[in-house]
Amino acid sequence: MEAVADRLSLVFGALADPTRRAILTRLTQGEATVAELAQPHRMSQPAVSKHLKVLEKAGLVSRTRRATTRLSRLEAEPLREVTTWLASYQRFWDESHERLDDLLAALQAKGNDHAQD
Amino acid sequence: MPKTEITAVPGSPLVTITRDFDAPRDLVFRAYTEPALLEQWLGPHGLTTVVERYETRDGGKWRYVQTSPDGGSHAFHGVFHGDPAPEAIVQTFEYEGVPGHVKLDSVTLTEAGGKTRVRTTAAFTCVEDRDAMVAAGMEYGVREGDERLAELLAKLQAG
Repeated sequence: MEAVADRLSLVFGALADPTRRAILTRLTQGEATVAELAQPHRMSQPAVSKHLKVLEKAGLVSRTRRATTRLSRLEAEPLREVTTWLASYQRFWDESHERLDDLLAALQAKGNDHAQD
Repeated sequence: MPKTEITAVPGSPLVTITRDFDAPRDLVFRAYTEPALLEQWLGPHGLTTVVERYETRDGGKWRYVQTSPDGGSHAFHGVFHGDPAPEAIVQTFEYEGVPGHVKLDSVTLTEAGGKTRVRTTAAFTCVEDRDAMVAAGMEYGVREGDERLAELLAKLQAG
């Protein structure tokens, strides 16, 4: 479980930055060069490369070389893991709260019975 | 059906949980502070919660043990800060399986139009603790998950 948590920390750290989220959004449309990724952000290519390194370390991006250019590609698996992460926690509380709904309804019904006594 | 809204912002050590209940505030407060009632709803179906102590006063201690159908059990304990009131139930929370990673829970109940909104803010000491705690739910969620939920829904509809 610690391994999962460590991986999640890396993914969340990577996702915490708006520029990196914008880069990931751009990569959902397909592979891109550093220059293409830098263009909408008016950032230097080294600055974008720095962001790409963080994303690569989190497993969110893989990089390949084609001729003289390096292409970045989105890797979706860690995002799926993050989605599962919250979904199960959500389920824990959804189910607890549905039980609480049930209990509150029963308590109120009991309260009404007493009122009629 | 009311929905439990959970916010866990990436990079932050907080989780907020918000939920509306179709009941007056006093009753919801009782469900949160009376052990016999707490045992009936805390945790998904199949998980048995036994409250060993629940001293609802400033400095009072609490401890409960949750047992899953496969027999695995997990204990949690903490301390109340301030006398619990509908305006604020403040308590620390520590999983005994991973001692030293304490979180601070604040629950506020507000009533409007006969409904009660419960807002819980859970503050962990660091982002890693927050992420690990939420990840711990993963194990259970995957194993029990939809099957238990479907069972509960069927029961609710029958009743």
